[in-house]
Amino acid sequence: MNRLLAVVAVLLMGAADVPDLDRVMGALAQRKEGHVSFTEKKFIAMLDTPVVSSGELLYNAPDRLEKRTLLPKPEDLVLQGGIVTAQRGKRHYTLDLKQYPQVLPFIESIRATLAGDRAALQRIFKVDFTGSFERWSLDLVPLDTKLAKTVSMIHIEGATDFIHTVEIREADGDRSLMTISPDVGQ
Amino acid sequence: MTRTGRLATAVWAAFLLAAIVIVAFARYTTDLSAFLPRSPTPTQRLLVDQLREGIASRLILVGIEGADPAERARISMAMARQLRGDAKFMAVSNGEAVGVDKDREVLFNHRYLLSETVTPERFTAEGLRDSIQETLDLLASPVGMLAKSLLPRDPTGEMLQIIDQLGSERQPPSSDGVWASRDGKRALLVAQTRAAGSDTDGQEAAVAAVRAAFDVATRATCTGARNEATANVCGEVGAGGAATEASSATAGAGGVATEASSATAGARGAATEASSAAAGAGSAATETSSTAAGARGAATETSSAAAGARGAATEASGTAAGASGTAAGASGARAALSLEMSGPGVFSVAARANIKQQVATLSVVSTLLITLMLLWVYRSGRALVLGLIPVASGALAGISAVALGFGSVHGITLGFGVTLIGESVDYSIYLFIQSQQRNATLWSTIRLGVLTSVVGFMSLLPSGFPGLQQLGLFSISGLIVAALVTRYVLPHLMPPNLTIADVTPLGAAVAAGIQRVRMPTTLLLVVPIAAALVLYTHRGSVWNHEISALSPVSASDQALDAMLRSDIGAPDVSYLVVVSGPSQEAVLHAAEAVNPALNTLVEEKVISGFETPARYLPSLEAQRARQTSIPKPEDLQGNLVRALQGLPLQIGRLEPFLHDIDSARTQPLLTRKDLDGTSLATGVDALLLSDGARWSALLPLRVPTTVAIDIARVHSAVSKVALGSGVETVVLDVKGEIDKLYSSYLTEVVRLSLAGFAGIVVLLGFFLRSAGRTARVVAPLALAVLTVTAGLVLLGQQLTILHLIGMLLIVAVGSNYALFFDRSSHEGSATLTLASLVVANTATVLGFGVLAFSSVPVLSALGSTVAPGAFLALVFSALLAGGGDTPRAMAA
Repeated sequence: MNRLLAVVAVLLMGAADVPDLDRVMGALAQRKEGHVSFTEKKFIAMLDTPVVSSGELLYNAPDRLEKRTLLPKPEDLVLQGGIVTAQRGKRHYTLDLKQYPQVLPFIESIRATLAGDRAALQRIFKVDFTGSFERWSLDLVPLDTKLAKTVSMIHIEGATDFIHTVEIREADGDRSLMTISPDVGQ
Repeated sequence: MTRTGRLATAVWAAFLLAAIVIVAFARYTTDLSAFLPRSPTPTQRLLVDQLREGIASRLILVGIEGADPAERARISMAMARQLRGDAKFMAVSNGEAVGVDKDREVLFNHRYLLSETVTPERFTAEGLRDSIQETLDLLASPVGMLAKSLLPRDPTGEMLQIIDQLGSERQPPSSDGVWASRDGKRALLVAQTRAAGSDTDGQEAAVAAVRAAFDVATRATCTGARNEATANVCGEVGAGGAATEASSATAGAGGVATEASSATAGARGAATEASSAAAGAGSAATETSSTAAGARGAATETSSAAAGARGAATEASGTAAGASGTAAGASGARAALSLEMSGPGVFSVAARANIKQQVATLSVVSTLLITLMLLWVYRSGRALVLGLIPVASGALAGISAVALGFGSVHGITLGFGVTLIGESVDYSIYLFIQSQQRNATLWSTIRLGVLTSVVGFMSLLPSGFPGLQQLGLFSISGLIVAALVTRYVLPHLMPPNLTIADVTPLGAAVAAGIQRVRMPTTLLLVVPIAAALVLYTHRGSVWNHEISALSPVSASDQALDAMLRSDIGAPDVSYLVVVSGPSQEAVLHAAEAVNPALNTLVEEKVISGFETPARYLPSLEAQRARQTSIPKPEDLQGNLVRALQGLPLQIGRLEPFLHDIDSARTQPLLTRKDLDGTSLATGVDALLLSDGARWSALLPLRVPTTVAIDIARVHSAVSKVALGSGVETVVLDVKGEIDKLYSSYLTEVVRLSLAGFAGIVVLLGFFLRSAGRTARVVAPLALAVLTVTAGLVLLGQQLTILHLIGMLLIVAVGSNYALFFDRSSHEGSATLTLASLVVANTATVLGFGVLAFSSVPVLSALGSTVAPGAFLALVFSALLAGGGDTPRAMAA
């Protein structure tokens, strides 16, 4: 059965190295939790210099992702089961991703990758895998044309079961680059 | 016929003609507020009047159940689409981001007039730097990412600020793109009709339109792809099917208060309409809060759809919404689709239908029963017809009196009219049965009986319940006319050879029965003692202090309304700050003045939040102040240059901002008209009321759920606010006001009842000329009242004002029978008298007894009290009279 799937996948994805994608997804799926630090640079056309933020990312399989921003302003963003809760200073926001499909790609791209949830990725994006298990990159292009008008591509680089960078390129030319450093603590 | 006979008949015929004309042209209403106390103070009356026509009265809450979330969402969207195209509706909200463009446009174009952070400090170099820095920081966050597009025009983040100001309201949770209940089982819609709540016909058309939209939408499901999934869903869809309509009269628990449309008597402490505008205000407030919630929700949606924003948040009340939605979808069996509606309009439509149906049924049933009984007794059709002539005359007289006296006749009054049938037929019964024996005192006894009944009903006239006043007038005129017709007209209409069945055997049987059950008077003391015991042991739960007990809305409908309201997120408003003043501007200005005090209370956690119309429509003064905060272009430019030093933003990028803010300096101020077509208009209209002369702003308070609200602190905080002249603020504790009002009315009715009772006793004393005789007449009546009261309490029925009135009526009506027994003990009674009493009493009991089964609480309370009471009055009179007499006196 697996072999059949592999064949079909090869036909569908062309030159993608399918078994390696599976291995990567499998390895990622094995990681049930992670605690890393990140630095994010947002290149916005309007601004002269990128907006830089940094903090920590916490992940708990299968669908809890917490982004604790420490700089420039503290903010806590939690994605749990399709709902995003943000706390910024005195303000609380809650976002149901089902209602805001335009936010979905940004968040699902990271979450699905972390969870090794290939099916989820392929539901929203056309997935292009290059490289090998040791050093790989994923190019995600939104399938939905409307979404593609906001996000043109998401580029994720990693090694084995670890994600190093997430780059989001927006249709209007802006992009954001998140660099992830190894585990903070255990 | 003699001359007097001809004269009498002529007068009567003329009177009948006049009455028929009046009745034919009279106006009939089903305004349920008639059976709730009138609002005493001008403020309350203003609020209630507003609520008749205002926003609150026009909302229809719709719930869709069954199938799965996706299907419900589809139906919700289909219905909304169809209803939005229907001219009968001004707005339809279901969680879809429709009409957000207009909202967004208005908010954005007036952002410098609306945002509370627009102050002179904002546009100094430091202020600009701080606000722009904050916006930039927000860009780093995913939350603010969507605000990117606003940056060139609104770098200080006023739009986001406005969203924040507005967006603090809870929105209903969403599922599949539409509003859904917390447990995910229901899709929700709120439709705002064009017709006012008092326009029952318009509301009926609107309700029908909603139902039609539902039918169309569900038919599409079923005629579409026929597969397993839809099969069992379509089983019962269609007219009636599984649809539950919030039927039968009013009373939104959440408070739908509009005088004409519905009496609210929600268990959850919102309005009872006429009872108190406070109540009305509460309900309106609840309703307005729900519309406000809707408005805010839409505002939130628009900004998030458009600009995203700091606030794009809908505070999901429960993440369960999403979860349960999927869970439900996963479950195999799907229930059939059903529609539920609630709201003032819905209730009033149902009420009208119910009352009409009740009146018709009750009249037919009681007439039938009484007719059958009389036929059986008289065995003469002609006698029956003649006997019903006074009844018909009395009924016509009653209706015309009410129509002339009140301008319109209430449906419930007509329903109560059936009792008149039972009572007025008594006179012809006496006439027919007792005319076979010479009876000199017949008419004097009947006259006294009529007088006591009249005195009893007269005590209803000064009551503060318009509906009860109608009942009183109806009965008084009806009884008097029926008695007069029986006395002066009927004898002339009777053929001389009129024979009815011989009821002597009946009379003899009754007499024998009384003999057998004869007991010493002292034994009857057991009754009051037992009754007192029962009342004492139940003393805690005897009285029902809820005004909801008077409302004709069934408990299930109140529950449905409460459920829909809580789903839609309409907060349970029981506290309001009402700001009233001579003009809209004064009132908005005062509302803004109160703002800081209320904000402090929120920070101190005394209240958890509040609503104010000033958020949607700031006062002109506040807008002007903001406008003048904006510096001249050259100054602003200079400040901006200094502010941007060190920030990664070039001033060139902010040209659109400079252009916009310059035009904001001279733009026309925002008025209510500018909000037309947006959901903000709904919010303003709900909270800003006017009766032409005086304006009122409602500021509903949200109370903390965990602790009881410290209303004293709210009072003191609000009263410390300095206000302009002619402006006043009031903190209304809605539930407290209702309870106070109810207690005061209870007291009033108690007083009136006692006065009526005293009047009857005095009357009896005057005519009977003997304290002893009076006591013997009154005693069985008192016993009957005690027994009925104790009986009702034992059966678990909580007593209301209406039961109290019923007790008075027992005395008034029962006296007719007691008087005959009194007379008989002095002049010797005939078995015929006994027979006539039994027949007359049966007719009365049937007349009132039929009411006891009515679904309208007013009628059932009166019926269930008076029917047994009248019967017991006869029984106790017989026992007491029989107890003291020798057998010979009882014989014919």
